[in-house]
Amino acid sequence: MTELLRRVGARTLEGLRGVGEAVLLVARILRAAPVVALRPRLLIEQLYAVGVQSMVIILVSALFIGMVLGLQGYYTLSDFGAIEAVGTMVALSLVRELGPVVTALLFAGRAGSSLTAEVGLMKATEQLSSMEMMAVDPERRILAPRFFAALLAVPLLTAVFSVIGILGGYLVTVGMIGIDGGPFWSNMQNAVTIRGDILNGVIKSVAFGFLAGWIALHKGYMAEPTSSGVSRATTLGVVHASLAVLGLDFLLTALMFE
Amino acid sequence: MNQRLVEIGVGLFVVAGLAALLVLALQVSGLAELRQGAGYHVTAKFENVGSLREQAPVSMAGVRIGRVEAIELDPTSHRATVRMRIKARYDSIPADSTAAIYTAGLLGEQYVGIQPGWENEHLGDGDRVTDTQSAMVLERLLGQFLTNIQE
Repeated sequence: MTELLRRVGARTLEGLRGVGEAVLLVARILRAAPVVALRPRLLIEQLYAVGVQSMVIILVSALFIGMVLGLQGYYTLSDFGAIEAVGTMVALSLVRELGPVVTALLFAGRAGSSLTAEVGLMKATEQLSSMEMMAVDPERRILAPRFFAALLAVPLLTAVFSVIGILGGYLVTVGMIGIDGGPFWSNMQNAVTIRGDILNGVIKSVAFGFLAGWIALHKGYMAEPTSSGVSRATTLGVVHASLAVLGLDFLLTALMFE
Repeated sequence: MNQRLVEIGVGLFVVAGLAALLVLALQVSGLAELRQGAGYHVTAKFENVGSLREQAPVSMAGVRIGRVEAIELDPTSHRATVRMRIKARYDSIPADSTAAIYTAGLLGEQYVGIQPGWENEHLGDGDRVTDTQSAMVLERLLGQFLTNIQE
């Protein structure tokens, strides 16, 4: 009995310690922002790795998700004789929810996992400690550029995702099914507002970029320096980032949209 | 990886992202239309605006001539004050025109429709449309229908 209590207590304390450690880490990374600004090359390299190389998966997923949304929207709305609203439905679901969330989930899987594995492996092969020996701060040199690259890349990827998704919905409903393109756009433009929908979507995507980058780097930086430790950290990174994104999405949605 | 290619790739990525944001702002939310030129304000008081919301279209003969800018409750008359912004090029709306709230389709959005009057005077900035017709509220219609049947 006492054994059980002690284990629960130890687990709780360990969890709390992990949260505190992660918060302190991100505070130090944020403080390194001027260093990154002074050396943009580091940031550009990371933007290429996490942003440009994620483009293909984002483009393809967005196109198919938009097409599915258009098709399902058409099936459902045609029962009510309201197929003119299909553009509104596609755009609102993409801009408010699916764009930010799916992009963040794909990002966590595509780029976050590689960030965790990379940093974890650097730690396991003692590259990080040898940097410290040379008086190079690995948090500034390795973590900060990666974090800011994620923070910048996710909102940009999300915007691309939403646009391509809407285009996918347009292709299916207007191009293939043959509903009129005029109401598709004009109803969408009536319903979607810049502050209520687009800006909130961008705010969401920035928050998700922050989370995805933060969690991936924290897991990698604190990984147990063995091969199984790095693999566990990579899995946990993706799982935790995805859960955090979904949880935060609910909170943000509850706060943003009345 | 060639450094130059990396930089071009990143540049392309950032430009594509910003362009997508611009498309969202202009094509998807219809911001371009809001910004289009100057306009003037007209107000109208309704008994009931139903589910009319801000940014809803204001149309005349089916052509969109402006948007609803604000909906407020008038504290003294307990009626809804709807402020509309009409595009500047539609400056010859007769002063005795009437405004009514309609629904686009059975389930569509509500919008303000303006029926032209006959006067030679035109509506200008800050003018009020006095003759208005409220939104059709389905429950109220059903209620009337039911009482009529019972009689």
